[in-house]
Amino acid sequence: MNLEAVKLAAANNVWSAIFPEMMLGCIALLLLVLEMLLPPKHHEVIPDVAAAGLFGTLIGLVINWHPIWIGSETFNGLIRHTEAGQVMRGFFLTSALLVCLLARLTLRRQAMPRIEFYHIVLVVTAAMMLLAQSNHFVMLFVALETLTIGLYILVSYFRTSTASLEAGLKYLLMGALSSGMLLFGIVLLYGVAGNPALPAQSTQPLHYPELARFLAANPHHFLASLGIVFILAGVAFKIGAFPFQIWVPDVYQGAPTPVTAFLAVASKGAGFAVLLALCGAHGVFSAYAWLTTPILTAMAAATILFGNIAALTQHNVKRLIGLSGVSHAGFLILGVVASQTVPMAVGAIYFYLFAYLIASFAVFGVMSHLAGADDSDQELEHYSGLAKDSPFLATVLAVGLGSLAGIPPLAGFMGKLFVLMAAFQSGARWPLAIAALGVVISIYYYFGWIKAAFFETWTPPSESGGAPARPARTSVAPSAGLLLGALALASIALGFYQGPWGEWLARP
Amino acid sequence: MSPFLTDPLLIAIATPLALALAIALGLTKRWSVRLAYGAFSVPFLAALHVWWHYAAAPKMGGYAFLTRYSTGLDGLGIGLKLGLNGISLPLFVMAGIVGLAAGLYALQSQAERLKIYVMLLLIMQGGLMGVFASVDVFYIYFFHELALIPTFIMVGIWGGRDRSYAAMKMTIYLTVGAMISLVGLIALYVKSGAHTFDLIALRAHLAAHPLSATLQHNIFGLLMFGFGILVSLWPLHTWAPLGYGAAPSANAMLHAGVLKKFGLYGLIQVAGPLLPAGAWHWAQPLAWVAVLGNILIVGLVTIAQRDLKQMIGYSSVMHMGYAFLGIAAGSALGVGGVVMMMVAHGLSVALLFMLATSIYHRTQSFAMDEMGGLAQPAPVLAACFVAATFASIGLPGFANFWGELMVFIALWKFAPLVTILAVSGVVISAIYGLRSIARIFFGPATEQMRAVAAKHPPVDLRWSEKAPVLILLAALLFIGFWPKSMSQAINETLATMSFREPAAPTQALPR
Repeated sequence: MNLEAVKLAAANNVWSAIFPEMMLGCIALLLLVLEMLLPPKHHEVIPDVAAAGLFGTLIGLVINWHPIWIGSETFNGLIRHTEAGQVMRGFFLTSALLVCLLARLTLRRQAMPRIEFYHIVLVVTAAMMLLAQSNHFVMLFVALETLTIGLYILVSYFRTSTASLEAGLKYLLMGALSSGMLLFGIVLLYGVAGNPALPAQSTQPLHYPELARFLAANPHHFLASLGIVFILAGVAFKIGAFPFQIWVPDVYQGAPTPVTAFLAVASKGAGFAVLLALCGAHGVFSAYAWLTTPILTAMAAATILFGNIAALTQHNVKRLIGLSGVSHAGFLILGVVASQTVPMAVGAIYFYLFAYLIASFAVFGVMSHLAGADDSDQELEHYSGLAKDSPFLATVLAVGLGSLAGIPPLAGFMGKLFVLMAAFQSGARWPLAIAALGVVISIYYYFGWIKAAFFETWTPPSESGGAPARPARTSVAPSAGLLLGALALASIALGFYQGPWGEWLARP
Repeated sequence: MSPFLTDPLLIAIATPLALALAIALGLTKRWSVRLAYGAFSVPFLAALHVWWHYAAAPKMGGYAFLTRYSTGLDGLGIGLKLGLNGISLPLFVMAGIVGLAAGLYALQSQAERLKIYVMLLLIMQGGLMGVFASVDVFYIYFFHELALIPTFIMVGIWGGRDRSYAAMKMTIYLTVGAMISLVGLIALYVKSGAHTFDLIALRAHLAAHPLSATLQHNIFGLLMFGFGILVSLWPLHTWAPLGYGAAPSANAMLHAGVLKKFGLYGLIQVAGPLLPAGAWHWAQPLAWVAVLGNILIVGLVTIAQRDLKQMIGYSSVMHMGYAFLGIAAGSALGVGGVVMMMVAHGLSVALLFMLATSIYHRTQSFAMDEMGGLAQPAPVLAACFVAATFASIGLPGFANFWGELMVFIALWKFAPLVTILAVSGVVISAIYGLRSIARIFFGPATEQMRAVAAKHPPVDLRWSEKAPVLILLAALLFIGFWPKSMSQAINETLATMSFREPAAPTQALPR
């Protein structure tokens, strides 16, 4: 490649367009530098720097919500800036911020190095933000691997806990398998779309618009269909959709609670950003809707049913929330299916994701407060009498679970309603019936959890005769209380008043 | 659009909710209770205000006091639109009255954790006012669910026997009902093509472009089963007696009295007028299920009850059968009768649940076999209970009489055989009603009763109990003697709606 071509290519690199991502990278490095420079007694301040950096980046993003690059491609088509991309950037920044705040609670109980945790969270967040805006399979894969490798480390972060190590190993194996499948699918598409014998073949077959053009010209090519199926399978691993949900309960249980939250919310959101870009209305695979629609519809129905039914019998709350998260993924897939024909479905998915984020972090926040030294041992029985000991935590828990269950007037209900409306408009009747059934089933276990916290039950006296066998309850720090209260109020307020969110959702 | 702070409907909804939020944010117990008296009175006063001014208020699309607040979902045809027509006005008024009575009763009760109790009751009250004040179908549903959640928690925490089981069973049954009706409402929204939940716009749109007969059958069927579960349509009624038996009294008053009417309200206000062909299609099966299941079978089950609260719970399931019959009859007379009956039943069943708890405080038991002779130490309680039972049976002089009478007359035109069976149900209510009076208040005291009386000599109703009783009894008698105060508004609205049988609705109601 000669110098001119390099210059030409570099002219398209608009570094300021990915300023938030670079910012996160710099803060991540800054954390490591601070750890070296600061004396150990001042290390307490480093998590605050991470949180402040994320918050600042989020504010900067909101202020600069409509940059001039919206709707255009940069970095030679690797990245495309869209409004949806901005929304997802905000989503990942918010969840990373909340993960950092949760981590301060959880890491305090463990004798573990702390700084690396925040460092990795920042790097993973930057990768997710790039993933949501990727416009090229190379970009997609690089971002996805950065994110996944970071998560491997985070999942097994409590390296003295066997549960955490086991979860890490399982996640590593499953993640490697899914990456392999994704890559295999990408390679198949690359090979087919680069075939000069086929119409509309491309020299840049991994570039989304080029590939979409090729697929539109060859709407029933066998190898292309095979590649698409492999890619869908790879993405389904990430979001934990049936039949690739098998890793979810173990990994969610073993991972440190903030990482579980990160997996449940941000990682799932990243998967859906990819899925929307691929299978949405103007997605890369829209010419293959004949293939993707039935696959995704069946996947949605099976995921909703499996997640809810499997969650019924769980006693460990981390497993329970993991499996309930599987059923939420099913709802979101239903939204993706609907988005192929109904424009409002896209907004519905984003609304659902944000409602899920707010409610999940409220629940995870309460879980972090109740967890003991063994982070994977969080049973439903540990919640008995919570309403008496700490009415505040119990209320936050009830609001969070209510929103996850989709009970009006909480935000989760509005999300479910929008998705159901979109699904009905797209004509998906029987998955809709299954979704409604899923809501009813989910009431049983969400309500069972609330029951454990609120209703008094007789508990047998423990062997030692003293306090019941559950981790000691710690009081809620004012800052954590403020955060949890804000999350609960946000769930309520977003249920009553959608405001600009609603307008964005309902735009034609 | 009237200004925010002078809209009586919004004030009636927002005041209890605002206080509930304040309590959740940490208001002290003393102030919570003090302010709660106000927060329960405000919806009551607003209800009286709109009742008084309804006739003279300017109406748009059949609705008075119409206002609209945007919540950002205008693009989807969802907005908080408040207003009252002749169907919702009586229920709105009833919700205000029963809410005040339940609130007063709760505030003087010595419930544990009174603050949370009052907070949940306030949420319920706000939701109830919202159900009947909303013109937007989405918000009718939304406020119903808002009012429903406190029920689960209240049954679970303050409930009586089997509370955990009862709370779970109620939650699941009611969620099933709510989900089925939600799917029905979404179907209505999408299939009508109007893409709005605004009832006025939906009505206009469907009058111009009616849905096909098959669609109407299917959607009405969904709504009928969904709403039917919420109103305890036989054989899906088993949650009701169990739940009411376990629920704390103020909660049972609001749920059985007011909230349960949501399903009937949805059928009358939304499903019936919008899907007339569907209503016609389902009328016969609905009538037979209601008369055989809800009235006769549940009626006989009611006779067999030994537990006072269970008996009231079953009797309320039975009375819902009459309401379904009126809806099946479908004429303006029948539907108007149902509205009257909903108001009357709401008042009388709330009164019965409250008095049942008052009886419990004096006998320490709900088992009617273990009572007796309570009329001597507590004559006022006895008189009130007798009056409430008479009202519930439907004797003239009480509001219930007019509702049942109108339903029977309308039903005769629709299905004479069903009418005969339904009227025989009145005898059943007389049997269990009078027998419960005899067992509780008259005859010699049983041994158990004497043992309880020796420890805690029963006293008559205290003023704190009398106040809510008098409010409810006064309302029952007022409407019983002057039904026109309600029926005129009902009549005017029903005259503008197209029912299956458009025969002369002008002379339908007693004037």
